[in-house]
Amino acid sequence: MLRFIVQRLLLLPVLLFVFSVVVFILIQAPPGDFLDSYLATLASSGSSVDEAQVVALRQQFGLDEPVHIQYLRWMEHILQGNLGLSLEYQRPNIELIGERLVLTVLLALFSFVFTWAVAIPAGIFSATHPHSGVDYIFTVLNYIGVATPNFMLALILMWVAYSALGLSVTGLFSPEFIDAPWGWARFVDLLKHIWLPMIILGVAGTARLTRVMRANLLDEMTKPYVVTARAKGLSEWRLVLKYPVRLALNPLVSTIGWYLPQLFSGSLIVATVMNLPNIGPLLLRALTSQDMYLAGSILFIYCFLTIVGTLISDILLALLDPRIRMEGAKA
Amino acid sequence: MNAPAPLLSVRNLKVQFALDEGVVRAVEGVSFDVYPGKVFGIVGESGCGKSVAMKAVLRLIEAPGRIVAGEILWRRKPQGGPGSTQEEVVDVTRLDPNGSVMRGLRGAEMALIPQEPMAAFSPVHTIGDQIVEAIRLHQAVSPREGRRLAVELFKSVGMPMPEQRLDAYSWQLSGGLRQRAIIAMALSCNPRLLIADEPTTAVDVTTQAQVLRLLRQLQQERDAAIIFITHDLGVIAQVAHDVLVMYLGLVMEQGPVNAIFHAPKHPYTQALLRSIPTVQSTPREPLPTISGSIPHPFNRPRGCPFHPRCPQSMPGRCDAATPELQAVGPDQSVSCFLYQTAEAKA
Ligand SMILES: Nc1ncnc2c1ncn2[C@@H]1O[C@H](COP(=O)(O)OP(=O)(O)OP(=O)(O)O)[C@@H](O)[C@H]1O
Ligand SMILES: [Mg+2]
Repeated sequence: MLRFIVQRLLLLPVLLFVFSVVVFILIQAPPGDFLDSYLATLASSGSSVDEAQVVALRQQFGLDEPVHIQYLRWMEHILQGNLGLSLEYQRPNIELIGERLVLTVLLALFSFVFTWAVAIPAGIFSATHPHSGVDYIFTVLNYIGVATPNFMLALILMWVAYSALGLSVTGLFSPEFIDAPWGWARFVDLLKHIWLPMIILGVAGTARLTRVMRANLLDEMTKPYVVTARAKGLSEWRLVLKYPVRLALNPLVSTIGWYLPQLFSGSLIVATVMNLPNIGPLLLRALTSQDMYLAGSILFIYCFLTIVGTLISDILLALLDPRIRMEGAKA
Repeated sequence: MNAPAPLLSVRNLKVQFALDEGVVRAVEGVSFDVYPGKVFGIVGESGCGKSVAMKAVLRLIEAPGRIVAGEILWRRKPQGGPGSTQEEVVDVTRLDPNGSVMRGLRGAEMALIPQEPMAAFSPVHTIGDQIVEAIRLHQAVSPREGRRLAVELFKSVGMPMPEQRLDAYSWQLSGGLRQRAIIAMALSCNPRLLIADEPTTAVDVTTQAQVLRLLRQLQQERDAAIIFITHDLGVIAQVAHDVLVMYLGLVMEQGPVNAIFHAPKHPYTQALLRSIPTVQSTPREPLPTISGSIPHPFNRPRGCPFHPRCPQSMPGRCDAATPELQAVGPDQSVSCFLYQTAEAKA
C-alpha cells in the first residue's frame, strides 16, 4: 500500500512536466500574442499606440524571445511559486488566482458532499425498493436533474430565492465581506451564500450518481454472497449496508478524483450568471485576452488537481477493495 | 415401533416466478419428510426446481418469486431454556421471511451450503469476518471468543493453517478450501439441518471425495440432518439414506436409497440410472441418454411432465392428467400411471 502511494508520488513530477509542456504549447497555439489582442482592443476603442512603444512593450514582456526561453521563464516562476506575472493585470498570478482557487475548491467540496449525501441514500433506497412509488419519483427527479442545464437552474433558483425569500443570492459574500480578510465572520458569511451554488452545481451530479448507485446496487443484490448472508440470518438492513452497498460503492469511489476538475470547468456559466468569484471567469478572461502566463498557470493548476484527484481516488479504492490493494502489493 | 417425528415436513409446496414473459412454475407441488440424523438426497436435471425448493424452506425466495401453496413444517429446538424439551412445530411459510423468528431459524437451526462456492463470500471482507459474524449472530459471545470458535470450526473441517485462512479473502483460496470454508460457516451454529446445494459440483474429483467424507463425518458426529442436492446419482448412492427424484418441479419417485437404485419404478428414474457410467459398461459405447430435452419452463407439457420423453408413455392417459404420488412398497412411492392401483383407475 505504502509502496503504491510512493510510486504514484514519484510519478507526479514527471506527469506535471509533461502537462506543463502541453499546456504551454496549447496557450501558444492561437495566432498572435497578448500585445496583438491588447492593441486590437485599444484600436477598437479609438486609441492607438506607436510602433516604438509596441516594440518596447514586447521586449518588456519577453514576448520577443524564442518560445523555449519563454517556457523556461514560466517554469522558473512556477518553481518559485509565484506563477509569473499576469500581462494584463501586471500583478503576480498567484495573487490573482489564490483566493479564487480557494473558493473554487471549497465550492467543489461542498457540492461534492451534497451530491454524495443525497445520491447514495437515494440510490440505496431505490435499489432496495425497485419499482416502488418512491423509486419512480426518484427516477423522474433524476431525469429532470440531468436534463436541466445548471445555468437555467441557477436563474430559476435565484429568482425563487429573491421573490419568495427576499434574498439576494448572487456572489459568495455579502458586499461588506468581499474584500475583508479571512476570519470567522467572513467564513460564516460564506456559508450563508454557498448553499445555493452548492445545490445548483450538485444537482446534475446527484441525479447521475443516484442512477449509477441504483444500478450498481441492484446488480450486487443478485450476487450469491447476498444469499449467503441472508442464509446466516442477518437482518436485511445490516446485510445490505455491509455487503452489497460496500461493493456497489467501489466503482463510484474511482470517480471522486474527476470531480474537482469537472467543477472547475463546468461551473463557468453558472459562475458568470451568479457572479461567483471563482476561477472559471478568470480563466475565460485570461484566454480571450491571451494573457498567456495567467491562462497557463490556471490550466497548470487544473492539471495538478486532476492528478491529485486521481491519486486520491486510487488510494481510496485501494483502501476499500483488497483485490486492488493486494494487486498493488504484488506489483 | 415408534417412528421418529420428522424434522422437516414439506407438504404440497408450490413456488412460482411471475415474470413479464409469463409464470415460471418452478416447484409444482412437492412433499417430503426429512428425519434427524439422516441424509436426504434430491436428484434431478438442471432447472427442475431443486434449489428453488430449498430456498423456499429457508424463505430466501426473492421477488418475483413467491410460495403460492403448501406448508413447510419445521420442528424447532426447545425454546424454553436449558431444561425444556418441548419442541414446537412452526409452519415456515407463515413466517415473515425477514422477521426475527425466521432469522432465528436461518443459520442457527437450518443452514445452507450454497450452490456457487466461488461467489458465496463477499470478496472485500475477510472470510473470518464473515464466519465470526455468523457465529455472533446466534451466540452471545465476544469477538475474541467468536474468532476462537471459528478457528475450531476450521480445524473440524480440516482447513490447513486455520488462523491465516481466517484473515484471507475468499479469492485467495483454492476451490476445495473455499468449499471447506463455506461448510465451516454453515456449521457455525450447530444447525439441525444442513442444506447442501450441489456441494461437489464445482470441485474436482479428489476434492469431491474429501467433501463427501467430511459431510458424512460431520453428520455422524453432530447428528444433524442433511439435504443433499445433486444431479449426480453416483454421489447420492454414496451418501444418502433416502432419495427424492424431481422432474420439472414435481416428485417423480421417492424412497430409500436401496429401493431407488435396485428397484426403480418410474421410467424417469430408470432412465437416469441407465445414463450413469459403470465399470461394467462397454468402453466407447455411447451411454444411453434420455431422449428429448427438458421442456422450457413456460410451456410445461399437460399431464405427466415427463410423458413427451417417456418410452412407456400411454397416450390418452399420461398427457391428460398428472398422476398422484402413490405408495409402491415400504417407504417407496412413485407418481406414474403404470403403477396406479385398480381402485385408483376406476
Ligand atoms: N429468480 C428467478 N427468476 C425466474 N425464474 C427462476 C428464478 N430462479 C429460478 N427460476 C426458475 O426456476 C426453475 C428451477 O430452478 P432451480 O434453480 O431450482 O433449478 P435447479 O434444479 O437447482 O437446477 P441446477 O441443477 O441447475 O441448480 C428454473 O426453470 C429456473 O428458470
Ligand atoms: Mg440449483
